[in-house]
Amino acid sequence: MQTNFTVEQLADPNVQSSNQVLRTCVHCGFCTATCPTFVLLGDELDSPRGRIYLIKDMLESGRPATEEVVRHVDRCLSCLACMTTCPSGVHYMHLVDHARQYIEETYTRPWHERMLRNVLQMVLPRPALFRAAVLGARVARPVRRLIPRGSTLGDRVHAMLDLAPGKLPPSGSMQSPQVHKAEGARRGRVALLAGCAQTVLAPSINEATIRLLTRHGIEVVIARGVGCCGALTHHMGRHDPAMASARANIAGWTREIEGDGLDAILINTSGCGTTVKDYGFMFRAEPAEWAMKAERVSALAMDISEYLTTLNYAPTRPMPGLRVAYHAACSLQHGQRVLNEPKALLRKAGFTVVEPAEGHLCCGSAGTYNLVQPAIAGRLRERKLANIARTKPDLIAAGNIGCITQLSGDGTPVIHTVELLDWMAGGPAPAGLPQVATAVPA
Amino acid sequence: MIAQPPPKADVIARRSEIVAGLQALLPASGVISEALRLKPYETDGLPAYRQIPLAVALPETTEQVAAVLAFCHKNGVRVIPRGAGTSLSGGALPMSDSVVVGLMRMNQILDIDYADRCATVQAGVTNIGITNAVAAEGFFYAPDPSSQLACMIGGNVGMNSGGAHCLKYGVTANNLLGLRIVTMQGEILDIGGQHLDAAGYDWLGLMTGSEGMLAMVTEVTVRILRAPEGQRAMLVAFDANETAGRAVDAIIGSGIIPVALEFMDRPAIHACEQFAHAGYPLDAEAMLIIEVEGSVAEQDDLLNRIAALCEPFHPLSLRVSQSVEESVAIWKGRKGAFGAVGRISPDYLCMDGTIPTGQLPFVLRRIGEMSDAYGLKVANIFHAGDGNLHPLIMFDANRPGSFEDAEKFGADILKLCVEVGGCLTGEHGVGVEKRELMTVQFTEIELNQQRRIKTAFDPDWLLNPSKVFPLVEPPQAADLPAAA
Repeated sequence: MQTNFTVEQLADPNVQSSNQVLRTCVHCGFCTATCPTFVLLGDELDSPRGRIYLIKDMLESGRPATEEVVRHVDRCLSCLACMTTCPSGVHYMHLVDHARQYIEETYTRPWHERMLRNVLQMVLPRPALFRAAVLGARVARPVRRLIPRGSTLGDRVHAMLDLAPGKLPPSGSMQSPQVHKAEGARRGRVALLAGCAQTVLAPSINEATIRLLTRHGIEVVIARGVGCCGALTHHMGRHDPAMASARANIAGWTREIEGDGLDAILINTSGCGTTVKDYGFMFRAEPAEWAMKAERVSALAMDISEYLTTLNYAPTRPMPGLRVAYHAACSLQHGQRVLNEPKALLRKAGFTVVEPAEGHLCCGSAGTYNLVQPAIAGRLRERKLANIARTKPDLIAAGNIGCITQLSGDGTPVIHTVELLDWMAGGPAPAGLPQVATAVPA
Repeated sequence: MIAQPPPKADVIARRSEIVAGLQALLPASGVISEALRLKPYETDGLPAYRQIPLAVALPETTEQVAAVLAFCHKNGVRVIPRGAGTSLSGGALPMSDSVVVGLMRMNQILDIDYADRCATVQAGVTNIGITNAVAAEGFFYAPDPSSQLACMIGGNVGMNSGGAHCLKYGVTANNLLGLRIVTMQGEILDIGGQHLDAAGYDWLGLMTGSEGMLAMVTEVTVRILRAPEGQRAMLVAFDANETAGRAVDAIIGSGIIPVALEFMDRPAIHACEQFAHAGYPLDAEAMLIIEVEGSVAEQDDLLNRIAALCEPFHPLSLRVSQSVEESVAIWKGRKGAFGAVGRISPDYLCMDGTIPTGQLPFVLRRIGEMSDAYGLKVANIFHAGDGNLHPLIMFDANRPGSFEDAEKFGADILKLCVEVGGCLTGEHGVGVEKRELMTVQFTEIELNQQRRIKTAFDPDWLLNPSKVFPLVEPPQAADLPAAA
């Protein structure tokens, strides 16, 4: 597509990158078909092609972002289904990330929006604060009827209270910085991103990951200084905090890479994985040393299912006879193009894997999307759960804590793929399984 | 920029009144009128042509469409119908004084009748959406334009869309049973139905390919077919475009009708392989995708006979797909071909002419010569079995003069198509892109007869008025000489 940037504008590395992205787009419109918001709202402006056009106009003009543009960019889930669909290879993720940063820098949101975003940015990446907030939500839940629905603010408060789990599991000690030794001969050494919100909501995911890896002869390092991947603030367009999170992680992992070495950096929350794999790009304009380190971290980053595929995973328990609906997290299927690995591993573990229709459509979780856009997120959740229900599964498997939280509470248990794999290879039965299933002998 | 008829000053002056009128007819989110939000509606799949409309209306029901059209008719406002906005001929290009009426919200499947093998859907259902809705029962909807993932059935009717598999199954017109249409006056009419051929004039035939100039289609009843037992694709690579062209002619000349017979040249093969990872032969100058269907024995027999027909042209390689995944990848590359060219060129013009298949080798050679003369690269991707060419002329819109050269080159190709006995369009429609070339194909008398049909439906020329006919004179009823 034709673009109109001045030489001065193109001196900005972000504009340079976005110009490249826009030049790749030929405006064919294929992306509209697989975009969840276009499917729901039926408006070009809520499709990737429409947003690309709005963003192009905003960036070319150099004007501050306006409410109209912000409305439609905010509705984007960043599910990246458009990138899977795009025949031209348009890197929509980098374009929309730039747009979000531009919006954050040039647009003043209403006070309650700013407050919500500040709270999310402060609380979610900090496990201690997040834990306190979830407990607070439990206290607030009984009085939720006093909070009126219908306003943006009221709906969002309800969304937060709805999503907060009823009770929290105890925080496990396995997730804190340490080295988990391999069982038997050491075959490899990896770092695991313990994450932020996930360590509070479901420590069992990291625990299962560590057990499964060490059992396969892999030493697992939870590196000191590594915390939130930065995706949360990155997707809000808050450049500096996102870079600070990423920098801390790069530093922590670099110590390990240059110390005892790492074969891979594993991520079991695919939303984070997409961002860690993009560190190289995020640091492209930073001083050479950091750019190199970031590039190296991104090159080592792998989803847990990708890495497990390289090991000889084999179940030790008899076939559980369970029907598992595999929910492909967008960050995994679109962001990282990891498609078959989780399904193949689940089949290897002895599960009957079924795939719901419209698997390419987002469940509405999308990071903090279900908190800031509860109406659209809710419609996507209903649609996803209806498609899943048609496959009549015993349980749902997913590789991303966001999706797991979003899809839980509908009667069918939602369990992380790695917990199911660990269970079949000798680990404990994941919580929430149907009663009959847990009777599977060791 | 493309020439447009002069905007109606009185309509532009009453802009806010017209917007308010539309807002009274539609839900709040159904009218777009702010300058910034109108911009993404300024173009479609042919972004070289752009014009911001007066407003956009997004109705959700046939009744709302009728109300909007009646309102626009009463107020003398021009209307541009829009589906998914994937037109490659600028079919949905707005005018500055026009209301774009988009049917993207009308995306419901209304009825599926397996016993009588037909489906009724709203106009905003995507082409593939029909097949997806009936696939579980073993059925499919045959016409499959390459944009089938995104393009909508209402637009398919407007452009009489084709696709790779139309060689065997025919184009949209051959698979259509009924339509619900709304005239510019806001009248809702049903034509055809769940049966073949209706008594009286063939109104369906008249509507199909009328490019949204006679009425707006809101519901479509199509024939659905039993899916074949199986299908297999074969890739045959050649060392020259012309040789591949001769092989196509040999296959069609032998009387075999494969379900699809597609041609891609070297630039196209390379661009698509990057996207689809289908194992296309990167050493070839040209490649044919030949698909056959039926029982395994039938497939084997056809593939063997086609291979034998290709043999005299010394194919570089010949590969039969061995799995469903392999076939999916092969078609993914072909269907994504236009977009994939975005990987090798920032912009392209996709031409759409049809020629007798016997002329393929000659026309391909002439396109190659013209490409050299214009200094613009071409990727050739097309439905070879139908002789439906899609040369993609690559240019760089950021370079002054590049687009104008591409346009001239495109016009030369289409003139060549007509010269060798073909026509200006296979399936993309005339739109704005080819309207000035209509005089190459038709005499003024013929064009005026067609204009009279338009006038019969829409005397004020309000519905998609600047398409299809050359803008040599203002397309007003009064200017037309009386029929002889």
